[in-house]
Amino acid sequence: MKSKEEKVKIISEEFIDDGEDAEEERQKKPLKIPRQKRKKQLPTASREEMVLENSPVDDQQEPVQKGPDTRLLGMTSRRGPRSLPPIPSASRTGFAEFSMRERMREKLQAARSKAESALLQEIPTPRPRRLRSPTEKESETEFGTELDREVQRTQQDHDSQGHSRVKFHDSVRKIKSKPPVPPGFPSAEEAYNFFTFNFDPEPEESEEKPKAKNRHGANREEKEGEEEEPPVQEGDEEEWLDGKDVEDLLLGLDHTAEDFVAVRPADYQSVHVRLQKEKELLFVPSRRTVPTYKKLPENVQPRYLEDEGLYIGARPEVPRTNQNIMENRLLTQEPGRRWFGDDGRILALPNPIKPVPSRPPMLTQEQDIKAELETLYKKAVKYIHRSQHLIGSGDAPGNFQLDIDISGLIFTHHPCFSREHVLAAKLAQLYDQYLARRQRNKAKFLTDKLHALRSAVQMGLNPAKTPKTLETTPKTINEYKSEIRQTRKLRDAEQEKDRTLLKTIIKVWKEMKSLREFQRFTNTPLKLVLRKEKVDQKADEEAYEAEIQAEINELLEEHTEEYEQRMEVYRVTLQQWKAWKKAQRAKKKKKKQEAEEHPADEEREEPGPGEEPEKPAPPEPVDRAVIEQQVRERAAQSRRRPGEPTLVPELSLAGSVTPNDQCPRVEVMRREDIKRRSLFLKVTFNNKEVSRTESRPLGADFRVHFGQIFNLQIFNWPESLTLQVYETVGHSGTTLLAEVFLPIPETTVVSGRAPIEEVEFSSNQHVTLDHEGVGSGVPFSFEADGGNQLILMTSGKVSNSVAWAIGENGIPLIPPLSQQNIGFRSALKRADAISSIGTSGLTDMKKLAKWAAESKLDPNDPSNGPLMQLISVATSGESYIPDFFRLEQLQQEFNFVSDEELNRSKRFRLLLLRSQEVPEFRHYKQIPLYDREIMEKVFQDYEKRLRDRNVIETKDHIDTHRATVAKYLQQVRESVINRFLIAKHHFLLSDLVVEEEVPNISILGLSLFKLAEQKRPLRPRRKGRKKVTAQNLSDGDIKLLVNIIRAYDIPVRKPTASKFHQTSRSSRTFTEKHAASPTTHSPAHSADYPLGQVLVRPFVEVSFQRTICHTTTAEGPNPSWNEELELPFRAPNGDYSTGSLQSVKDDVFINIFDEVLYDVLEDDRERGSGIHTRIERHWLGCVKIPFSTIYFQARFDSQEDEKLLQATEKFRAECALKFPNRQCLTTVVDVSGKTVFVTRYLKPLNPPQELLDAYPNNPQATAELVARYVSLIPFLPDTVSFAGVCDLWSTSDQFLDLLAGDEEEHAVLLCNYFLSMGKKAWLVTGNAIPEGPTAYVLTREQSHYLIWNPCSGHFYGQFDTFCPLKSVSCLIGPDNIWFNIQQYDSPLRINFDVTKPKLWKSFFSRSLPYPGLSSVQPEELIYQRTDKVAAAELQDRIEKILKEKIMDWRPRHLTRWNRYCTSMLRHFLPLLERNQEDVEDDHRAELLKQLGDYRFSGFPLHMPYSEVKPLIEAVYSTGVHNIDAPNVEFALAVYVHPYPRNVLSVWIYVASLIRNR
Amino acid sequence: MAAAAPSVFLLMVNGQVESAQFPEYDDLYCKYCFVYGQDWAPTAGLEEGISQITSKSQDARRALVWNFPIDVTFKSTNPYGCEIPHGLTPALSFEGPQIVLSVYGPDVFGNDVVRGYGAVHVPLSPGRHKKTIPMFVPESTSKLQKFTSWFMGRRPEYTDPKVVAQGEGREVTRVRSQGFVTLLFNVVTKDMRKLGYDTGPPDTQGVSGPSPPQGLPR
Repeated sequence: MKSKEEKVKIISEEFIDDGEDAEEERQKKPLKIPRQKRKKQLPTASREEMVLENSPVDDQQEPVQKGPDTRLLGMTSRRGPRSLPPIPSASRTGFAEFSMRERMREKLQAARSKAESALLQEIPTPRPRRLRSPTEKESETEFGTELDREVQRTQQDHDSQGHSRVKFHDSVRKIKSKPPVPPGFPSAEEAYNFFTFNFDPEPEESEEKPKAKNRHGANREEKEGEEEEPPVQEGDEEEWLDGKDVEDLLLGLDHTAEDFVAVRPADYQSVHVRLQKEKELLFVPSRRTVPTYKKLPENVQPRYLEDEGLYIGARPEVPRTNQNIMENRLLTQEPGRRWFGDDGRILALPNPIKPVPSRPPMLTQEQDIKAELETLYKKAVKYIHRSQHLIGSGDAPGNFQLDIDISGLIFTHHPCFSREHVLAAKLAQLYDQYLARRQRNKAKFLTDKLHALRSAVQMGLNPAKTPKTLETTPKTINEYKSEIRQTRKLRDAEQEKDRTLLKTIIKVWKEMKSLREFQRFTNTPLKLVLRKEKVDQKADEEAYEAEIQAEINELLEEHTEEYEQRMEVYRVTLQQWKAWKKAQRAKKKKKKQEAEEHPADEEREEPGPGEEPEKPAPPEPVDRAVIEQQVRERAAQSRRRPGEPTLVPELSLAGSVTPNDQCPRVEVMRREDIKRRSLFLKVTFNNKEVSRTESRPLGADFRVHFGQIFNLQIFNWPESLTLQVYETVGHSGTTLLAEVFLPIPETTVVSGRAPIEEVEFSSNQHVTLDHEGVGSGVPFSFEADGGNQLILMTSGKVSNSVAWAIGENGIPLIPPLSQQNIGFRSALKRADAISSIGTSGLTDMKKLAKWAAESKLDPNDPSNGPLMQLISVATSGESYIPDFFRLEQLQQEFNFVSDEELNRSKRFRLLLLRSQEVPEFRHYKQIPLYDREIMEKVFQDYEKRLRDRNVIETKDHIDTHRATVAKYLQQVRESVINRFLIAKHHFLLSDLVVEEEVPNISILGLSLFKLAEQKRPLRPRRKGRKKVTAQNLSDGDIKLLVNIIRAYDIPVRKPTASKFHQTSRSSRTFTEKHAASPTTHSPAHSADYPLGQVLVRPFVEVSFQRTICHTTTAEGPNPSWNEELELPFRAPNGDYSTGSLQSVKDDVFINIFDEVLYDVLEDDRERGSGIHTRIERHWLGCVKIPFSTIYFQARFDSQEDEKLLQATEKFRAECALKFPNRQCLTTVVDVSGKTVFVTRYLKPLNPPQELLDAYPNNPQATAELVARYVSLIPFLPDTVSFAGVCDLWSTSDQFLDLLAGDEEEHAVLLCNYFLSMGKKAWLVTGNAIPEGPTAYVLTREQSHYLIWNPCSGHFYGQFDTFCPLKSVSCLIGPDNIWFNIQQYDSPLRINFDVTKPKLWKSFFSRSLPYPGLSSVQPEELIYQRTDKVAAAELQDRIEKILKEKIMDWRPRHLTRWNRYCTSMLRHFLPLLERNQEDVEDDHRAELLKQLGDYRFSGFPLHMPYSEVKPLIEAVYSTGVHNIDAPNVEFALAVYVHPYPRNVLSVWIYVASLIRNR
Repeated sequence: MAAAAPSVFLLMVNGQVESAQFPEYDDLYCKYCFVYGQDWAPTAGLEEGISQITSKSQDARRALVWNFPIDVTFKSTNPYGCEIPHGLTPALSFEGPQIVLSVYGPDVFGNDVVRGYGAVHVPLSPGRHKKTIPMFVPESTSKLQKFTSWFMGRRPEYTDPKVVAQGEGREVTRVRSQGFVTLLFNVVTKDMRKLGYDTGPPDTQGVSGPSPPQGLPR
């Protein structure tokens, strides 16, 4: 606070003396300003208060004090008024004051400069705001620029510093006399500045300050602080400062000003100096590696634990430099070296980072919030009492039912009982007891048991009979004997009881009789009859005697035994006694002697007389007579005497009750009282009343019949079931007589099986009645003197039955067992098996047996009989444990329906078949939900197929051999497909994941170049389109595009020299041959063509799936269409999966027609007015392209050597790398689905001898014939037969057996024939025009190579441009494979010399020699002649079928057959077969000659025979039937030429004829 | 007749591919398609879709939000179906349609590469379902492959995204998890209960009150 005081001093310096002088003014003017200011904010502040404070100094000083604080922040806003020029103020203060002000200004300037220099020095020191009054602190941070706030603060200061004001005067004086500040210490002013000056480094301030100085004059400090003060105040202030005061002030300032003026340059320390200094202060650890010796104690070698074999975890990875820094630091800092381990490295824990990253469970924020805040809807649950057990919610609610049958109520005592009733009740009770006893007949049972035991003992005593029990006999016999004793006692007791009971009954009955006599009326119908049953006296006596004798014997034995025991004891005791006696005697003697010697001791020595043991009495010997007498007595007492008749009491209600009028009044009253009484029962369940019976009157016999059944639908386990007996007397309300607690039935007790039970009840009510009724709870007596009193309470029995109900389906409606409260049963456990182990325990035989053993059930007790038998069967017999293991022992339980029923379900069957991928159902969509929606015919095809599997049908196939083959093919197909289906479920990575292969360096380099490649090259190259897998295709989405570009060498019509110049027909024979033969035709224009037609007007018609598209008609034999035809594609069953698409058997037919226009005008006169032409089209030829383009390469087992396979893989990979477009064939799949090396198929095989004999001297012709033979074997593409599965190769014999195969089979067979004929032949794989990838045969003639098309039988020279084989990728010989590595693959441009390794890469080479693979082909082919008769028959049938078909195709026209022409054609066809060379000229001439009057248009079709269907298809595609001229006639002839092995060549000549008048 | 005894049930799925969490990737788009068994057929709506490219949000969630709507209706006779994706071999059966998502985005070199595959069954129970699917991509077979595929921008991809909807053949692949996609389904069904498929929430009818005592004589 020193600084504060100083500050105060300085201020007071300025104003101290104006107190008196300016008193007046002070009161007027100076107060004005503060007042004005205050008015704004403190209107409440009274002037009086200020006067009281009475210090203008204060008023003035306050702003000063807060000045430095406020000025800082108020700077910007205050700058305005401060920078005002001094003129306005001058004008106001007047010129007279100017000189003084000038002086003041100088001083101020000096002071200011000093302050500034001080400022320069002190800049780094933070401004000590804290020195301000604490009350201001709160507002410190938000120094407003507003004036009013500062004023407020002023006020605060004022208040808070009031106490310091007192000091002002003193302190001011002190300052006046204050000596100059000693050097080295800051002056007061400096100090003040130091603490209060706002060292604002802003440059403007210094500029502004001089201006301010002018105005502020002497009190510059204050002014600096109160720059916000308007100039008005300045004037005032100046007024206060005058004369001497000012002088004093200036003086005080002067000497300080000198110190301030020094101006110094800013201190600068050179970098080196600073670094030097820093070096002293700072430590920079070195980054160099610390030598190990530094880190270890002296003379200690580093020790590496790891080398010693100890495990050290991986240290966390820290950069070496960081480690070094740390080590250096540690070494400098703490030389203790405790941070370093034995090996000289910093101690470190093993790396805590897990090597495997693990991701915490993903919990997005939203989910978190959701999960916590989500409200769940729960249905309201009914409140259920806690103590009750809620039945599991899984069960259907309210499904449990308890049936309570209350049949009636019987009172065993009732207040209204008369005395007779009491007796009657007693009698009835006794009688009941008697009946119960008789039923159990315990005495008899015990007697039997006794007999059994006795005989057992007899047996035991006779060892001869039971030798094996010899060892155990004594023990067993003893046990038996003790048991006999026990049983006998029991039996006796029972017999006695029986007897007593009988006696009691008789006694009660007698009492009753006497009572009836006494009271002269009868109240109860009870009547006891004693029936005597006579017995056979003699037998009875004997039995009785025998029994007694037996008993006597036993007792005797027993007693003897006992006697012996006693004798033993006696002997022992006697011995003891004797010994004692002796000792005693000796003692006595001794005593006597001693007594003589020491008489004093005598008394002491005398033992007490009581100690003397008595002499034991010998036990009495057993006296048989005594025993006999005892036995007889007892028998007489408890047993029926021999010969005495058995008494059987019979209680009946046969007696008559005395009617009312004969009774005394009291009795009548009693009876009337009874009539007034009625009873009902309430049924309470778990302490809640659930129902009550009807109120029924009490009968005279004190029975109430209800006969009501209550069905309690419950869903809680019953805890208590009570019947409350209520009695109503007259109209006086009901009283609760008693409560009857019914037992809750066991779960086995269900309605219908529950017996009626009687439950007793009793009441504690006290009733005294004024009539004959004995009352209840009150004593009464039967005797006249009132002795022998009885007190009877109301009691009775309710007969009822409680059982679980049975549901509709026969299931008991019982809550689950687990719900039961176990507690209440514990007491019963011992007695009752079921309550002990539960009903479920009954099925567990072991448990039951255990229980039986524990509770010591008497196995002979008849009431336990069935149980014991069950246990013995269950535990002894091992038959219950099956000696086999059942795999799915629960299967039976899960079969919810029987198998037959399951199979009967059509839907299930459909689902099953589909999931088994049975072809018919593989793509079945939307299996209907209900059986009824599934048509029976869905299965028909499938069932038919199953049925026909082994039946060869000949309907579709005209000859039987074909049918067999078709069947076989079908079977092969099925097996292959099944195999394929299995294989399809094997996945390779490449099937699932597309991954670029690892490129080698060259490719990598190329692709690196690619990166730099232009994105859009000028000459874009076509990139293969990615296959699009589409799921949602439907009909019409797929289109087949056929681009028809041009045709070469179309046959032209030949004008005939005859008069029928209009006749036009194709001049060539058919199929592709025209393309093969050299061009011989030149368009021969004829001027006399009608309508100016050219020689041929061809157009192309493409038909696919019976949809037809055609191009425009072009002209000339070498037309160019360049058209794209679009055909819609429909997949079978609307299924567009690849597998399905590949099984599309449809072919694309490309037919070429010649369009011919005919003038139909009959009359030349009309030519001027109209043109009538008819367009006819004539079939020229056809190309058939099967719609099987892509095929799978499936993986199959192999029988080849693994090495070979690897080699093939390698070979193929190498080939594919170089020429990816050339297919390299090394292994193929045989019919059984095994991979086979391809060369195994090539082997010389003999062609039919018949063919070889045909042209014995012409090898060329023979070769052609052989090729023709091969081509006549029908073509069947694998992709069709095996539905997109794979390409299968059959061996030649299989091929001939099947009589169907694709290019490979044909080529293999042909090649094998050529090989056997001694030719050099190879299989050529490559691409051909219609077939796509295919196989041809290459043969080497003397100087040139020939390429054979095995399917057509044609051959081409290597340089034939019309050769359909367009590229060659592989040559396959019997012992090697050569891959074409020449630049080109067109046969025209390649060299077929396989010996040149630069041109052909061979599979087997020096590095991998040919291992000598055995052929898969047979040794020899065996041919049998074809039956010519069968062929002729087939021929007729085909002709018939085709004729019918043509008629069918012309439904609206009449189809006439020209027989003559047909027969002529039929003759002509064999000719064609014989010489396929140019027979056309003869043929035409012949035709013309024969059919002079007709315009003839027809063509022979030639094809190998497989089935009728392709023939029909072929005839259809010619479109002959489309001719609709009115007078058209048709001719159709068929010729079947048989070759060996059922190879048939079929010729069909179909023609249309139009008569030319 | 049709109203009384429907032969198909309908499943209408609305919703959206809401957002994704791919901590390391940005600028992703996603494709979705439905895969369903033979007994299912779409009746309305789009089965396939491709979304816009989205960038990460700037906030802390770094979410990639597509909000790409899904709206498709299926009819079916059988929630159990046998699926044969086209071009693929028959897959194991599954019930009901699945939505298959595949997410793509540019890699360092700007090539579009796959960032994740995932699939989830369309819920068959009516109501609103929010599903978060973990996404994964197949791994390269070797380190070298990994490098080259990274370098060439040709990461391994599934031959068909629908592979992820089937169980067969997956044993030959190895995958890596990449992120998560959140989907929202609003499912409405029709006639399902009528046809005996109870997919609704568990019956909350609970236990009914006790039936009145039947003590009256019959």
